Amino acid sequence: MSQIQIWTLVFIVGSFAVYLYIAWRSRVKETAGFYVAGQGIPTIANGAAVAADWMSAASFISMAGLIAFLGSDGTIYLMGWTGGYVLLALLIAPYLRKWGKFTVPEFVGDRYSETVRTIAAVAAIIISFTYVVGQMRGGGIVFSRFLKLDVTQGVILAAVIIGLYAVLGGMKGITWTQVAQYTVLIVAYLIPAFAVAQQMTGFPVPQVSFGQILAELDAISVEMGLNQYTEAFAARPQIDVFLVTMALMIGTAGLPHVIVRFYTTKTVRGARYSAFWALFFIALLYTTAPAVGAFTKLNLLQDVNGVSANALPSWIENWAATGLVTVSDGATTINTVSNSPTSGADLIVNNDILVLASPEIAGLPAPIVGLVAAGGMAAAMSTAAGLLLVISSSFSHDLYFRRVKRDSTDQQRLLAGRIAMGLAVLVAIYAGINPPAFVAQVVAFAFGLAASTFFPAIVLGIFWKRCNATGAAAGMVTGLIFTASYMIYTLPVFGTAANPHIFNISPEGIGTIGAIVNFVVTIVVSKMTAPPPDEIVEMVESIRYPAARREVTAGTAADAA
Amino acid sequence: MTEVTPDKETRGGEPPPAAPPPASPPDNSWRKEYWSRNLRLMVILLAIWFVVSFGFGILLVEPLNNIVIAGFPLGFWFAQQGSIYVFVILIFVYAKMMDRLDNQFGVDEQETEGAGK
Repeated sequence: MSQIQIWTLVFIVGSFAVYLYIAWRSRVKETAGFYVAGQGIPTIANGAAVAADWMSAASFISMAGLIAFLGSDGTIYLMGWTGGYVLLALLIAPYLRKWGKFTVPEFVGDRYSETVRTIAAVAAIIISFTYVVGQMRGGGIVFSRFLKLDVTQGVILAAVIIGLYAVLGGMKGITWTQVAQYTVLIVAYLIPAFAVAQQMTGFPVPQVSFGQILAELDAISVEMGLNQYTEAFAARPQIDVFLVTMALMIGTAGLPHVIVRFYTTKTVRGARYSAFWALFFIALLYTTAPAVGAFTKLNLLQDVNGVSANALPSWIENWAATGLVTVSDGATTINTVSNSPTSGADLIVNNDILVLASPEIAGLPAPIVGLVAAGGMAAAMSTAAGLLLVISSSFSHDLYFRRVKRDSTDQQRLLAGRIAMGLAVLVAIYAGINPPAFVAQVVAFAFGLAASTFFPAIVLGIFWKRCNATGAAAGMVTGLIFTASYMIYTLPVFGTAANPHIFNISPEGIGTIGAIVNFVVTIVVSKMTAPPPDEIVEMVESIRYPAARREVTAGTAADAA
Repeated sequence: MTEVTPDKETRGGEPPPAAPPPASPPDNSWRKEYWSRNLRLMVILLAIWFVVSFGFGILLVEPLNNIVIAGFPLGFWFAQQGSIYVFVILIFVYAKMMDRLDNQFGVDEQETEGAGK
């Protein structure tokens, strides 16, 4: 075993032991614990859990690499995956917490009708499932590179471990495990980033110091056949950058596995501060990622530029085994680099390895490489667990016990939730072994679907009392069909032919249009049909105020802060 | 009458309801006031959200890139760094302002859980 393998094994086994210990300590015996952790999670811990839940294998493993090759246009992921929290905090989280039940489909079910609940449950399952595939794949890549398992075995191993603690602890176990996972992943992300920043610029804070290398990076990128790094809209047209960013933001605010996390706080006020802490914790990684992307890309290009093909640095050979780095057959010296297998460049680098390989590329010591591996696993596992919980709760709580078997004990429901979780793990394993596209892209589709189904239904449900069940159902179905059709039309991954983009709109950006379609259909259909019953209007009214009103006298606001 | 005056973000032209009439059950006019202040705060914060991200980071990125600070073209900086900092601040301001609003209207939750700052 190499040094790197030993250290990887130490960190991965050590962190897994911690997760399993936490899961065992917080195992649950009733459905409230299983689905919403008994609504007893403190605010900062909940924020960290949301952040871990949120930052997936795509954020940790793929994002810096994507940004490195997208250059300036990498902002679609940076802003898209953070800006949604502003929408979530202002438009959704406090109100859904006030209403306070178990699942997102349950809210739309209460607000609209059982039919809408069923649509929402199916949509939640499709979305979460799309998303979980990427996590399985990400976990598999870590195992295959660092522990020399093949990707298939890696996926199975990752899935079994996630399945174990998700089935055991439900939301409570998942939340506390995620707090630990956040710690592991952020440390694993920041340490190499600070080390690389120090090494390359002499100033350790990557957010500040990567400005210094941008001019140099622009120059070498152009020399090696890539776009100038800081040039806007080099990779995507402006309209598409706008639409993709918007789709990712509103998709974020509509993702069931994110929204449900705000059900677990103790109070409405706690939900607001949870959103703040969540974005704060997320921002630590998201402001570092573009720096990691820029530093690693510069390092990589300088390492290989003009080097002969048999004198390349050792990390290339290490990673070639995973198939994620390829030196072209005919290449004798490396003059061009690309992330696209069809570009014909001398060296093809997959986006996914940039973060995982960055310590090696920068020549950092083996323990740091091992730590990064554990961080990648933590990111993949924490997100997968949250998603599996949504799949399981939608299936058992919203579909099976609502539609099929209405009378059942809490014990039966808990068992059904666990069985659904187990089945979801099995399907995720299969899809993780045969993934449709790059990890981050797979995830991007889930956002389009969430943006075009949940976000409009939830926001209108809170802010527009006149919105009714027929309108919401029509809007969700139209939004979902519209968005999914365009994705199938433009992407070859579903076994269909890939057609050119209409008006330069990529499949990742179509969710924005889908959401607008949903809004319009919902409003028009609601207006044309009868207003919702009084008790629904009263329910909407009640979720707008955090608590029952107490007597207020002048000057009582002193304890506000 | 030492009500806490809202910060400039709420742009509250009118004075806060220093002493809303003690709740005679049917009188729910405070609800309208509370809700409209909540909406106003929301709209202002969302306007900032849009201008910083979609405005500076996408629509105006090219002209802003002509300004370079510490190696960063400004538009590029907003797109990859600045907007994210602003998002974090916006949520914090929202949570703080809503604490104040809830308190003024007496709808704050009695159970406090040390929500941090």
